[in-house]
Formats: sequence, structure tokens, C-alpha cells
Amino acid sequence: MDYFLELFFGGLTRGSIYALIALGYTMVYGIIQLINFAHGEIYMIGAFVALIVAGVCTIYGLSGVAILILAGAVAIVYAAAYGYTLEKIAYRPLRGSPRLSPLISAIGMSIFLQNYVLLVQTADYLPFPRLIPDFAFMEPVAHIIGSPELVILVTTVVTMILLTLLIKKTRVGKGMRATQQDMNMARLVGVNVDRVISMTFIIGSALAAIAGVLVASYIGQVNFYIGFLAGVKAFTAAVLGGIGSIPGAVLGGLVLGWAESFSAGYISSDYEDVFTFGLLVLILILRPSGILGKVTKQKV
Amino acid sequence: MAENKHKLLEVKGLTMDFGGLRAVDSVSLDVHEGEIAALIGPNGAGKTTFFNCVTGIYNPTRGDILLHPKEQKTRRLNGLKPNKVTEMGLARTFQNIRLFQGMTVLENVMIGRHCRTKAGIFHAILRGKTFREEEQQIVESSYQLLEKVGLGDSANEFAKNLPYGAQRRLEIARAMATDPLLLLLDEPAAGMNPQETSALDQLIVKISTEEKIAILLIEHDMKLVMNISDPVYVMEYGKKIAEGSPQQIKDNPKVIEAYLGEEADA
Amino acid sequence: MWQEFKQSIVVSIWFVFLTFPLMVVRVNTMEDLVEWRWMNIAWVAIASFLLSYLWRYMLARKQVRKKVEEEGGDTRSKLQIMLENESLRFKAMGVLLVAALVYPQIFDTYQTTIMISALIYVVLGLGLNINVGLAGMLDLGYVAFFGIGAYTFGILNHHFDVGFWMMLPVGGMVGCLFGVILGFPILRLRGDYLAIVTLGFGMILKVVLENWGSLTFGPSGIANIDKPGLFGLDLSLANHTIYIYYIMIALVVFTIIVTNRLKNSRVGRAWMALREDEVACIAMGIDMARTKLSAYALGAFWAGMIGVVFASKTTFINPASFTFMESAIILSIVVLGGMGSILGVILGAFILILLPEYMRAFSEYRMLIFGASMTLMMIFRPQGLISGLRQTYLYKGAKEEIDNG
Repeated sequence: MDYFLELFFGGLTRGSIYALIALGYTMVYGIIQLINFAHGEIYMIGAFVALIVAGVCTIYGLSGVAILILAGAVAIVYAAAYGYTLEKIAYRPLRGSPRLSPLISAIGMSIFLQNYVLLVQTADYLPFPRLIPDFAFMEPVAHIIGSPELVILVTTVVTMILLTLLIKKTRVGKGMRATQQDMNMARLVGVNVDRVISMTFIIGSALAAIAGVLVASYIGQVNFYIGFLAGVKAFTAAVLGGIGSIPGAVLGGLVLGWAESFSAGYISSDYEDVFTFGLLVLILILRPSGILGKVTKQKV
Repeated sequence: MAENKHKLLEVKGLTMDFGGLRAVDSVSLDVHEGEIAALIGPNGAGKTTFFNCVTGIYNPTRGDILLHPKEQKTRRLNGLKPNKVTEMGLARTFQNIRLFQGMTVLENVMIGRHCRTKAGIFHAILRGKTFREEEQQIVESSYQLLEKVGLGDSANEFAKNLPYGAQRRLEIARAMATDPLLLLLDEPAAGMNPQETSALDQLIVKISTEEKIAILLIEHDMKLVMNISDPVYVMEYGKKIAEGSPQQIKDNPKVIEAYLGEEADA
Repeated sequence: MWQEFKQSIVVSIWFVFLTFPLMVVRVNTMEDLVEWRWMNIAWVAIASFLLSYLWRYMLARKQVRKKVEEEGGDTRSKLQIMLENESLRFKAMGVLLVAALVYPQIFDTYQTTIMISALIYVVLGLGLNINVGLAGMLDLGYVAFFGIGAYTFGILNHHFDVGFWMMLPVGGMVGCLFGVILGFPILRLRGDYLAIVTLGFGMILKVVLENWGSLTFGPSGIANIDKPGLFGLDLSLANHTIYIYYIMIALVVFTIIVTNRLKNSRVGRAWMALREDEVACIAMGIDMARTKLSAYALGAFWAGMIGVVFASKTTFINPASFTFMESAIILSIVVLGGMGSILGVILGAFILILLPEYMRAFSEYRMLIFGASMTLMMIFRPQGLISGLRQTYLYKGAKEEIDNG
């Protein structure tokens, strides 16, 4: 039973990370129907910036949870800035181009950003300072769920609540929903579509940065290549839940997290990634609209 | 007058639902050989959806679509893929022009010949005599079609560089290249000026009389079709509300109301 | 003027901010070292300031081109116009072929080896060009078929001693077979989903190669694969390289002829129509599933076949040779050269493979430039360096009609 619970919480933790990244994919796809292939790299940059801030602070003798929060904040700002710039440079000039052009551009940017970090930083795995303390109150359940997992879960829940409020209550959120429904109509009724798209990238990137910081401090290391696999997996989660649907991304992330955790725990971890990619391939082929997505009819 | 003619297309009680929305509601319609039939109605009446059902892009919820080629077995078109429908002898154009923009004008028409020709991958690689003959025959017949619609001089232009009216005519030529029994034209005059429209009317009549291809055309603007079409079918809110000769349609109070109502809305 | 200057200053400041943590600070958390590279700020500031001018200039130029094109003007480059001249094209090709044939006699083994790998990428690019350039199917897992070909040869050679010449067509056919099997379920998918599914295929293959140790020898790979035989002769290393080089030249010529013939045929036109507009394509009576499958399987054929050559050339293969990056390199060859253009793809392969080899300074930035060039090409020159040549056809009957009338 304990083993089951351990896997359950492990899957939940993983799943919430996937969900945070998947949100960026799903929000962008919902608005401009682009698979933002470079989204995983934004996540990686978030993690890297956090590592730099945390690393500098610890080397100069500071430590503790406050550093983690500072590193997280800086990472969010930078990831958002990168996401915003990415859209402006690589995607905006391609609006109205054939559908595959922005996707190819996104793949190009993904490769570019990976190698940019590789060149200006390092190819090595860098250890991330341990900043999350072991909470005393977690002692009795520590063999099932550790303190870092708890931090990840709480952060994710808080982020999700904030995101929901942002989308439901604020002007920006309303603009996003309107644009998602019908971009031209939204433009006609006075929504600044360009700004909404920029905001979508900023929010999605910020969420990815949160995921990046959490993963980095949980796993304990960062490398320029971590974005690729995480990106593909989060995209799987987004598709699983129904791409374009925000609750779908969360649900898809959790389902994928549990599926990976249980299959690795009870079967074998050798083929863990095959399992994920297989799942991705199967959903896209059998039910491309995902669990919560709407089946859209083709317009002729 | 239609009684003694051969009935080519017979649509019976065609119904198309999208979720809870009924876009086409048991519409029946016949097209006879040699006819230029028209399907008119206000925007959103379900005309294009009707077309999409007949040409296999949508699978209708209910109803029968029957094709009676002369001296051949009757064929039911429901649930066939669009390419099969085209093979059976129904070719179409699109409301929003859908040419192969990056290919030349001639190549666009040559694509229409695809389903009437056979050469496969190995023929293409080996380039035997049969392949070369078939290829030449595709080129010749496509070029002749271009001449017919008045685009012979632009054969080697890219389709995207043609003016709007010429693009519409190219779409018609491309559809004719599939050797259809029936040509379905979706708002062929949309966006054209009066001169272009009258040239188009002449072209449609020419296709009907010289090529012996029956035509079913959708038009939003009812004035345009009155000169060339008989019979005329009228749709509103997914239902067929009238059918008959242009004169009968003009005098039909229901039709007048449907169109007046729309003008009042606008 | 002033407006533009201000704009560039803003861009410059923005990029200094953006690159600050990653380009200025370098922490080594293992040895607790922090390195501050303040000079990088200056470089970023200057570079982004200048590049923003270039960026605006390029965007403006693109607008002008678009306008000229809309008015029916000619925007082809000089190179493009030259290449559209058929007799000139044939002459140029003849010269190139002669140069290619004497190349290994002039240059040493090292140069020949580099040229072999460029030629391998030419064939891979031309194969992928069938999928991406002609049929418009973005395949991000193309390397899977390359790997399948290489491993088919590696495994059969290791266990049963099957030779290169036997395996060359078999590798192609195995690739083709996998193309059909994997292609079948994905035909209905929309373009971007298809791209992701093929990416998934590529990743799955790599993990399988790594973990199915009993068949593939896992991450350590298969070594001592036979080089191609020549009537049982025992060739020296240098001679073997030259031999493989000539095999590659023959394969490249073969590939060019076949893909060119396919392109200008009923099947090739159907692929292009599919790329342009799927709905119109099926409405014109083209069987979409069949057409897509034929493109996918044929693309896979070349990858499978060239996989055999690759395994035979390196005599050693492991899963690390068949990563997503490899697919991305082949894709950027096609994108840079010109999607759908055979000449463009050949040029793209030479630029992207030879440049990093000969310019050492360049090689470090290889992938960085590949990535950037994909984005830049999409924005400024989506047709690639050389766009597909416009095919013109001779119509006899119709011409006579005009002459007579």
C-alpha cells in the first residue's frame, strides 16, 4: 500500500510539472494553432536562470527558501521575456503563412535556444543547490511523499488557482477567451489581438519557468538538453487532455504522470519513454481531440 | 419539360446534422441531363453544406444521393469519399477558390486528369512508351480545356498570379478535366464584376450545350442565375422552400419573403 | 532616421537584458566558481543594434518583393533564372559530374571521407524532400528509417555475414516496408500532428535500439561491419574510401534521376497538389491515403538504402547516430536549399555539411546556425535558396491549331 501511495504521489508530482508546461502548449495552440516547439526550451531557460541566481547566491554565502523564491521570480521574468521575444521574432512575421512554416520556425528556434545555452554556458549537468528544507511535520509520511514533492504540489495548485482567476476575471483573460473563440471577431469587437497573443506567450512561459525551477530543485541538476524531453512529454499531456483546453492540459498532465509512475514502478522503467511516445502516437491517431477537447469540423 | 429528359442526379430527403444543429433538413432535388439547375438561398441557408454532402466531404445523416449514369447501373453516393464521388462523375468548384497556388495553371488542370489516368510510380521511374503517351495526352487535353475557358495563354503562369476572375475559370477547367457527368459550381460569380459575371454566364451555357455536362450551381444572388438556369431550387434555414422555373420562383411569395427578410436584417 | 535609431537602441537594450544572466554570468556549482563575462554585454549590444537594422531592411525588402509579385512582376534571383535555362543547367551538371568523378584523384582520403558524408546527406535530403518538399508532409522522424536501414545491415551482416551489395536494395525495401507500416495509421492526420507523430516514431526507435540489447547490442552498438566488397578484392583503406565515394556518386545520380522523374509525373503532381490543398486535392479525385502513403514509403526507401551505405562506411553504428538532431539536420538541409527543389536540396546539403567541416570556427556554432537558418528562411525566403523549377510542358496538338488558325 505504501509503495502504491509512493508511486501515486510520485506520479502526481510529475504530472503537475507536466501540467504546468502543458498549459503553455495548450494556450498557444488554442489561440494561434501553433505547436510551439520551442516551449520546452523556455522551460529549460527558466531552470537555467534559476540555477544561475541560486548558484551565485549560495556561492556568495546566502541560502534558504528565500533564495529559491528569488531565483524563481527572476526565472519567471526571464522565461516570460524569452517567450515574448520568441513570438515577436520567430512567429509573428509568419502569421498568415502556410501552416507548416511557423512550425518549422519553431523547430529552428528550439534548436537555436538549446545550442545558445550550450555555447554560452556548458554541456555538463550542473547541480542545483538544495534549497527546499525537510519540513519536520512531513516526518511521519516522508517515505511516501517528501518535502520537495509537497512544495511542488502546493505551488502547482496555487498557480492553477491564480491562472484560473486570471482567465475568468481579468480583461486579459477575457481577451484570450474571445481570441480563442474567433480571432477575427475578437479583433472586430476591439480586442487587441497582438497583445493577447503576446500575453499568452508571456503567461505560458512564466508557467514553464515555474515548472523549471521546481524540477531543477527537485531533481537537483540542470542541463541545456532537459527542455527537449520535458517538452515532448508535456506536449503529450496537452494532446492527451485535448489541446486547446486548459483543464484538459491539467488532466492530461496528471494522467501521464501517473501512467509513467505506475508503469515504471510495477513494470519496468527501461521503456518508460517508449510508453510515453507510444501514448502520444496512439492518441494523435485514434482521438486527436483528446479527453476534453472538442471535435472540430473541417471548414470547407 | 423535364419529364422526357434523363434524370442524372437524384437527391432524396437529404439531412445533415452537426451536433444539435440541423444544417440541411430533408432536401430533395433532381438534376437532369443537359440542365443548368440552380440552388439559391440567403446566406447560411445550407447550400454549401448540401454541396459538401453530395460531393462526399460530409457524410449526410439521412437521405439518398443517387447518380444515374446513362446506360449504367444507378450508384448511391452516400458515404463515398470525395475522390470516389469525383470518379463517379461529379466534379466541383469551391466558394473560396481552392487552386493549387504554387503550381502552374496547366498543372492545375492536369491534376484534374489524375483520376482518369493510371501511370504509377514504376511507370514514372521507367518512363516507358505508355507513360510518355499518357503524359502527352494529359498535357494535350488539359491545354485544350484551358483554351476553352480562355486561359490558353497563361498555361505556364503560377495559379496564384492569375487575376481573380481567371482563377474562377481555372477552377472550372480543373473540374472539367475529371470528365464529369455533372459539374457542381459553388458561387462561381462571387466577387466578380458585371462584365466578368456575364462572361462567366456565357461560359457556363457553353459548357452545358457544347460539352453536354449537366450543371448544378449555387448562387447567393438570385438575379444572376435567372437568365441561365432552369429549374431553380430555393433553400432557407436548411429547408427547400420552393422549386420551379425562374418565372415561378420570381413570383413565389415565400421566396420573396426569404430574400426580403434578409435585406431587412442587413 | 532618428525613429529607427531609437528603435534599434531599444532592441539593443532589450537583448542586453535578455542575455544578461546566460551570457554574462557563468556559475560552476560543482566547484563553487562564478565567472563574470562583462565584455559580452558590449558584444550583444553592438550585434543586436546592427542586426535590428538588418532585420528591418530584410522585412521591408520582403514587402517590396511581395508587392512586385502581386503585380505579376519577376522576383526570381539571377541564379534562379540561370537554372531555369535548361541547356545551361545540363552543361552545369555535366561539369559538376566530371568534377565529382576526378575529385578523389586530386584530394586525399580525408577530403574524400568528408565528401562521402556530404553525399550521404544529399541523398537523405532528396529522400526527405519527397515527403516534406513535394507532398508537404513534415517528417520529424526521418532518421528512423535511416537507422532501420543501417541496423538491418548491421545485424544481418553480424549474424549471417550478408554482404553490402545484397543489402543495399534490401535496406531500401525494409525502409519502405516500415514506411508503409508506420505511414498507414497516420495518413488522416493534419500536418502538424503528423509532424509530432513522426517525431514520436523517431524517439521510439532510438529507445528501442538502446534497450533491445539481444538484437541491437544496446548503446554500445555494432562494430566491425563489412565494407562494400569489390569482386572479393582486398582494398586498402584509401582505396576503399575512393570506392565508397564512387558508389555514393552513383547513388546520388540515381537518386536525382529517380526523384526528378517522380516529380514530373502523375504521381509527383498529385503529391504537390496534396501539399498545396488537401481538400481540393481529394475533390479532384485523388486518393489521399494512397498518395500520402506512396510519398512516405518512397522517402523511407532512400533513407533505408543510404543507412546501409552509412553502416558500411563507418563500419560501426550505435543509437547515438540516429537522434532527433540528425532528423533536424536533414530537415534544415531541405528547408535551406528549397522545399521541393532537387537542385536546392543538393546545394543545401553541401552548404550545411561542408561549411562546418572546412571552417573550424564555424563548426562549434553549427547547430546554432542550423536552427537560426530554419527560422530565418521561413521568414525571409520560404522557397529556399533555389525554389522548385517551374515545369513547362509542350503541347503539340494545340500549337498546330493555333498555327493553322
